[in-house]
Amino acid sequence: MEIKRILPQTFLVLSMVFILSSFMLNETNIKGYEIGDEVSNIDLKNVDETMVSFLDYKDAKGFIVIFTCNTCPYSVASEDRINQLDAEFKSKGYPVIAINPNNPNVQPDDTFVLMQQKAKEMNFTFPYLYDESHSVYAQFGATKTPHVYLLQKEKGKNIVKYIGAIDDNVRDESAVKDHFLANAVNELLVGKEVSVKKTKAIGCSVKV
Amino acid sequence: MNKLLLIACLFLFHSCLNSSSETNDKTEENTSELNESKSIIKSTIPSLSFSEIEPFFRRENDTTYVINFWATWCKPCIKELPYFEKITENYKDQKVKVVLISLDFPKKVASNLIPFVRKRNIKSEVIHLNDSDANTWIPKVSEEWEGAIPATLIYNKQERKFYERSFTYEELENELENILN
Repeated sequence: MEIKRILPQTFLVLSMVFILSSFMLNETNIKGYEIGDEVSNIDLKNVDETMVSFLDYKDAKGFIVIFTCNTCPYSVASEDRINQLDAEFKSKGYPVIAINPNNPNVQPDDTFVLMQQKAKEMNFTFPYLYDESHSVYAQFGATKTPHVYLLQKEKGKNIVKYIGAIDDNVRDESAVKDHFLANAVNELLVGKEVSVKKTKAIGCSVKV
Repeated sequence: MNKLLLIACLFLFHSCLNSSSETNDKTEENTSELNESKSIIKSTIPSLSFSEIEPFFRRENDTTYVINFWATWCKPCIKELPYFEKITENYKDQKVKVVLISLDFPKKVASNLIPFVRKRNIKSEVIHLNDSDANTWIPKVSEEWEGAIPATLIYNKQERKFYERSFTYEELENELENILN
């Protein structure tokens, strides 16, 4: 008789603990990475159909992770610059890794095939990865395209050093005065701390 | 002679009628021209820098402001525009003001934004924000804003809330009601 009473009560308490803890987990996920956080490895499909992960880059000093998509006008306006960043920094140890966070069921312009077309048209020199589980963007806390996370390897861990915009003028490359991202990478390359760690820019919301 | 006089009178009378109806037509024409120009004026959307629109974010009166950031190319923005229009309509007798701030590219204002606003017959106030220094003005709207659109600020003297998300009508009205009360 006592067991009959205890079991349902225990079950109730356990379920409440479970529910509350899952809420707390969700909170952490929604926040995303902050400056100084360690980034977990990614393993995503590239437009050339191979899988790409941070672990593939044994000699890299870090990564320029950019969430971007096929048709957002702000992403499109940034494409040349993303290619230029890869050209400038890949050989210095900071390759660009682009990730499309959008769900093609919500945003039909962002199918894998259209990503492949985009990469070919724009001669992307960097991986353009498909976030199939639509969870990597959430892990990072990326809220828009384009959204940049600059990582530096410290004792084998990828640490976030800069978050935000490529530069101070998304719409007009010729009018850029402040190359936020390039400045940050250059500071890391000479062993300095990044002086401007977070910046903001207008972008398209992630479509999931 | 009398008959001729009568006919002449009738003729004159008829012309008078015609010209008065012409005048009426003209008045109608004038009115519709006025309406046209009113709508043209309304569709000539001001293109402003952030410092010029900054006062919209710092009003200290009894009005509750609903300020939405959008663009014609932003699908979720377009989807929720009717809800903001509905707020303008449903709250027209209350101290609530909706402002729609477009972030369309400056070279697309004439070709895309103005025709869009005209075609949809948008009643809420529309302003075009032409200020490329986003890293400076985004935090001035809200420190919480990463820069994604759609985004909305609802504020009055008592309360200020920022939403980097889209809304259903019910959600939007609910948030507004919470801030009004």
